[in-house]
Amino acid sequence: MPHIAVNNELAGIRGLLNFRPETAEPLGELANILLKDTEGLTPAERELIATHVSYLNDCFYCHNSHGAIACIYLDGDMQTVDAVRKDPQSAPVSDKLKALLAIAGKVQKSGKSVEARDIERAREAGATDRDIQDTVLIAAAFCMFNRYVDGLAANTPTDLTTYEQRARQVAARGYGKHIYTTKTNV
Amino acid sequence: MAHIPDRMESGQSTNVDRHHDDGGGKLPSPKFSAHIELGNNLPGIRGPMAYSPETARPLNELAEVLLRDDDNTLSRGERELIATYTSYLNDCFFCQNVHGSLAQHYLECDMPTLDAIKLHPETGPISPKLKALLPIAAAVQKGGKNVTEAMIAKARSEGATDREIHDTVLIAAAFCMYNRYVDGLATWAPEDRQFYIDRAPRRAAEGYIDYDLYK
Repeated sequence: MPHIAVNNELAGIRGLLNFRPETAEPLGELANILLKDTEGLTPAERELIATHVSYLNDCFYCHNSHGAIACIYLDGDMQTVDAVRKDPQSAPVSDKLKALLAIAGKVQKSGKSVEARDIERAREAGATDRDIQDTVLIAAAFCMFNRYVDGLAANTPTDLTTYEQRARQVAARGYGKHIYTTKTNV
Repeated sequence: MAHIPDRMESGQSTNVDRHHDDGGGKLPSPKFSAHIELGNNLPGIRGPMAYSPETARPLNELAEVLLRDDDNTLSRGERELIATYTSYLNDCFFCQNVHGSLAQHYLECDMPTLDAIKLHPETGPISPKLKALLPIAAAVQKGGKNVTEAMIAKARSEGATDREIHDTVLIAAAFCMYNRYVDGLATWAPEDRQFYIDRAPRRAAEGYIDYDLYK
């Protein structure tokens, strides 16, 4: 049960966003820019970074939500999503993404954990400055979203099939007001 | 996307310049380079914000609603203190000094008092409600699951509302983001703490949205 009184028909962060629309607006805008932007990193790569960080933060709701969205972008390849979630360095993804996921893993621990050699490795694998800044900010943002969700003990559906339905909504319409005002079936 | 041109005057960019003035005027220049080429010499979060204005906008809007909007039963000083405390726990020098100076400004206290609150919030000259909210922020800093029912019950018994608990959790969570953005890109921070104190009145007046990143 959530620590505060939220609309229990809305799962996870949706209930929290609905509780406080004033903060929901910039949060939605931030998520949309970071995760739906098609310049540089692909939306699939962005969602994979979000999924891995959320897994490291042990946020069940977030890593399953974003894992399901990444899976849609990867045409249903949940094996790759699961590999990235748990052990990105052995996952079937590009060397560039592996290097960026390593940076994201460092950011999850703390900003200061990121070392010059982590950045060099990413650059050698073809990452641009923009890719690196996006990776750091996506990882940092999920250190916020994960804490927001678990810090308030948001409603967390345990049936994984329900994540797929919500993921389709986000893949089609992005992040924004509709995710906490439109009632999905779950 | 194109980098923002470096608008700093030439001659300012070579050595660290620790001077400050009472108007919170010129920014000093960096000693170290960030992990990426930001295209500017701005300190702390301003560097990546000028580099990436698209993401700077919602980041600043979030800070404005959480920390400065007057439609809140927590005072600006109390909210800045939660931000400062979280940034202190994350060991982010830039953020704890920017927000510590703002907290000091709003709470009308001095630096030793503020530093003492960071170290020992339980004995600081703050309300019992804030004393119950700061451990929630500390728990969030470690990880969301560390917030316990007992902490929430304690905050409620000291008069905290659902929205105050919500905002405390989100401020602490948001600073786990801002702190990582600042340190994860290895931005630089002026070492002289007075620099931040001098700038606080202007930050307080201008807020987080309508200000010039370069000033």
